[in-house]
Amino acid sequence: MTAGTANWSFTQDDFTAITESLERFLGATNSRCALLVDRSGQLVTTVGEALGLDTTAFATLTAADYSANDQLAKLVGESDFTSLFHQGEKESLYVADVARRLLLVIIFDSRTTVGLVRLRVKDEIEELTLLVDRVFSRGRNGAAPAGRLLQGADDEIDKLFNW
Amino acid sequence: MSMINYASREINCKIVYYGPGLGGKTTNLEHVYGKVKPETRGKLISLATETERTLFFDFLPVDLGTIRGFKTRFHLYTVPGQVYYNASRKLILKNVDGIVFVGDSQAERMEANLESMQNLYDNMSEYGYDLTQMPFVIQYNKRDLPNAAPIDELQAALNPGWEVEDGSKHRVTPDPYHAGENLIEQLPGGEWIERAPYFEAIAVNGDGVFDTLKAVSKLVLKALA
Repeated sequence: MTAGTANWSFTQDDFTAITESLERFLGATNSRCALLVDRSGQLVTTVGEALGLDTTAFATLTAADYSANDQLAKLVGESDFTSLFHQGEKESLYVADVARRLLLVIIFDSRTTVGLVRLRVKDEIEELTLLVDRVFSRGRNGAAPAGRLLQGADDEIDKLFNW
Repeated sequence: MSMINYASREINCKIVYYGPGLGGKTTNLEHVYGKVKPETRGKLISLATETERTLFFDFLPVDLGTIRGFKTRFHLYTVPGQVYYNASRKLILKNVDGIVFVGDSQAERMEANLESMQNLYDNMSEYGYDLTQMPFVIQYNKRDLPNAAPIDELQAALNPGWEVEDGSKHRVTPDPYHAGENLIEQLPGGEWIERAPYFEAIAVNGDGVFDTLKAVSKLVLKALA
């Protein structure tokens, strides 16, 4: 049994590589916006049109939605549902799992089709999986990056709570 | 699972408020929402029933300040307390960094408190997490009610302590929040035990709400340091 949950971190290089990959995907599918969210509901990044979304709330609800559907899958005897599709009158959402750690959320409208998004998302997920594996293997191999960042920061942490 | 984002210079952590139904978990979040500056918090999201009972979770993101140039952003969640919502409750615990157990001090809610605490241990261990090794604090809420049980009784029932197996931790550790009490101590029988820090609260008027939040967030950040 572990003491708690693992910690992980994204560097600027990870961020740049992920952003470039998602920009290519958005261009190829004519989608509006892509969000990468971790399974606990924290936003990793958002790429594409600024839609005026409350992205923090959006990320949390996406993760909850996906987790609930994951459990529904198990209840009907599936190990998981690998993607979710919500169709709206104007805007639609496509949510797909990335390496069982992250969720890729695509927001698109009538300028493209769910078929095209679904077709292209497979390659995109493979690409993102490689990038994300790099992040996680770094966490497993070395000291936790969080540990290095906050090492010796006890005083600063104490000061933070002097209110 | 805390996440450090070097690009946006943020440390993100997840704290879950757990406990029996109608114990005051949502009230804790509502008080935090009402008191912190609007620019340091996001929207309070409640997935609740028409009668305002939590159905899936409540969620509130708050920024507690900056460390080493990184914004410390805490995602506060509550779970639905009612027994039959265990599937939703368990989902919310996934990748949690710190837990607040909000107990209901009323003597007649003791059974519900115990059941919820047992359920917390069970759900955590199903994920492979060891609650005794994680940031974990207990809040005894509703201290103002005439039928509130004495703290000693609540502590004996809900926070009796767990055995400390690691010999390097076998030293008396005072409770910083209660003079004359210890978080780690040796029992007369020779066994070393550790208890979770506890707080008394009247969440409905805010007493003890921020003390609890400060304690658990500090433990979460220190666990990273």
